[in-house]
Amino acid sequence: MTLMARELKASFAFIERNLNLNKRYWGWELAWLVYGVAGALSITLIGKDQQNARLLITLMIGAIFWNYLGIVFEIISDTIAWERWEGTLEYTMMAPIRRYSMLVGTALYAVLYGLIYTTFVLIVLALFFGLDLSHADFATGATFMLVGSFSFVGIGFMAAILPLIYVERGSQMTFVLQSLLLLFSGVYYSIDVLPEWMQVVAHFSPGTYILDGVRRGLIDGVPVSALLQDVWPLVVMAVILIPLGVWAFGVAERYAKRTGKLKRVG
Amino acid sequence: MTITLERGAASRRAHAAEPRSEQDAAVPALLVDHVTKRFVVGRKRRPVLAINDVSLRIERSEIYGVLGANGSGKSTLIRLVSTLLTLDEGRVEVFGHDIRREEMAVKRLINRVSVDAAFFKKLSPWENLLYAARLYGLDPGGARRDALSILGRLGIAESRVGRPLEQMSRGMQQKVAIARALLTSPSLLLLDEPTTGLDPRSKLDVQSFIEDLRATHDATIVLTTHDLDEADRLADRIAILNEGRIVVEGTPAELRQKVAAEHGLAPTLHSVFMTYTGRSLDNDSEEEEHDEEGPAKARE
Repeated sequence: MTLMARELKASFAFIERNLNLNKRYWGWELAWLVYGVAGALSITLIGKDQQNARLLITLMIGAIFWNYLGIVFEIISDTIAWERWEGTLEYTMMAPIRRYSMLVGTALYAVLYGLIYTTFVLIVLALFFGLDLSHADFATGATFMLVGSFSFVGIGFMAAILPLIYVERGSQMTFVLQSLLLLFSGVYYSIDVLPEWMQVVAHFSPGTYILDGVRRGLIDGVPVSALLQDVWPLVVMAVILIPLGVWAFGVAERYAKRTGKLKRVG
Repeated sequence: MTITLERGAASRRAHAAEPRSEQDAAVPALLVDHVTKRFVVGRKRRPVLAINDVSLRIERSEIYGVLGANGSGKSTLIRLVSTLLTLDEGRVEVFGHDIRREEMAVKRLINRVSVDAAFFKKLSPWENLLYAARLYGLDPGGARRDALSILGRLGIAESRVGRPLEQMSRGMQQKVAIARALLTSPSLLLLDEPTTGLDPRSKLDVQSFIEDLRATHDATIVLTTHDLDEADRLADRIAILNEGRIVVEGTPAELRQKVAAEHGLAPTLHSVFMTYTGRSLDNDSEEEEHDEEGPAKARE
C-alpha cells in the first residue's frame, strides 16, 4: 500500500468515526438543527419586519453561511478538546499516522457535515420566505463557499492547537476567536459600518470575502469572473494558512509531548 | 482455548520486528538507556523528576513487570515508550528502532492499554475497534473477524459488540481495550495497570488472557501493576520503580531469594517491595482510594 493510500484510509477513519458519533448522538444533532433553523429564521425576520427585501436576504445569507463557516471552524478547532474530553486523545496520537491525515480527515468531515446542515437550513428558510432566487448566480455562491472553506480550515487548524497547549482554557480561547471572526467579518452588516481600525482587521478575515462574494452572487447575480478581487485573497489565505496550521499543530504537539499535556484531564 | 488471529496488514508491519539474522535476534524488544524525564508543575516550582536515569533491556517474547507505588513513574515510563512524551535525556529503542528518529516505525510496532479504558463511550465496541483498525491500516473485514475472536476469548459475545460501550461494565470496557490493542498485532504490548479497578472475575479473565498470549502469541509485553500477585504470576522479570528510579530488577524467584538471603525476610514479593521502597503497596492502595474519591466527588 502506498503511503498516500494508507494516509487517505487513515483520514477516512476520522470521517467514519465522526459520522458514527453523529448517529449515536442523533438527539443532539436534531436539537442543533432546530437551534440553527430557529436562529437563522429569527435573524432573517428582522429584514421582514423592516419590509426591506434586500436586508432580508442579506441577513439570511449571513445567518446561513455563518452557520456553515462556524460549523467548519468549530469541528476542526474542537477536535483536540473533544478527544481530550472523551479520553481518546492519547490513543489517537500514538497511532501510526501522519498528523496531516488526522487534520485532513477532520476537515473533510467538517465540510461534509457543514454542507448537509447548511443545505437543510437553506431549504427551510427559502420555503419559509418564498424567496425568488431566479437572478442568483449559484456558481458564484458555490465558488466562494468552496474556496472560503479552505481558508477557514486553515484557521481551524491554527485554533486546534489552543486546546493542545492550554488544557483548561484552550476551548474558551477558540470560542473567543470564533466570536471575533463573527464580529469582524460583516456577517450581518457591511464592514463599512465598523470603525476604521476594525475595517482594517476585517480585511484579514476570510469571512469578509466569503460573505461579500456570496451576497453579490446570490442577490445581484454577479458572475464569479467579476469578483476575482474577492477570490484571490481567499486563495492566498488558504495557501498560507493550511500549511501554516499543519506546521503549527506539529510544533504544538511536540510541546504537549514535552510537557505531558496529552494526558487525559477531567 | 488458544488465540488465533488472522494476521493481515498488521502482521506485515510486524515483520519489521522479526529477526532476520542472529545479529537481529540479539536486538532487544525494548531498550531504555539512561532515560530521564522531568515535568514543570506550576510556574515557579522546581521541575519534578518523574523518571530518573532509568535503564532496562527487555528481550523478545518476554513479559516484563514494572511494580511501583502511585507516582513512582510507571505510567510516565509507558508514555515515553508509547511516543506520548518526549525524552529529556537518554535513548529508547523498540526492536532496534530509535524512538526519536524512527517514531512512525516504533508506532507501528507498539500498542498500549491504559488504566482507564479510553474510548468514545457512545460508540459501540465494534465502532471503536473499526476506528482503531483504520488508523492502523487494517482491512475492516479481517479486523472484525479478529476482533470477534479476541472478544469471544475474553467473554464478550458477538451480540454485545453493537451496543454503546457506556452500557458495559468497567471490566468489559477494559477487555475491549485489550482487544483493540491486540487487533493491531503489536510486537510490543504496553499494559499500563490493565487490571486496576476491575472486579476479581474480570481481573482473572484478563490475567489468564495475558498468560494465553504468552503461550500462543509472539508479543513482548511490558506490564505495570500495583498487584504483587499479578506480577508474580505473569512476569518473567520484574523491576521495582521508586521515585522515578529502578531500585531492583530480577525474576520473581531471584528477588524473593535475594530478600531472604540479604535481609533475612520472608521470601515474598511483598518483602521485596517493602525492602526496596520502604513502603507497602497496601498503604498505596488505600491512598489511591482516597485520592480517587476526592476529585470524583468534586466533579459531581
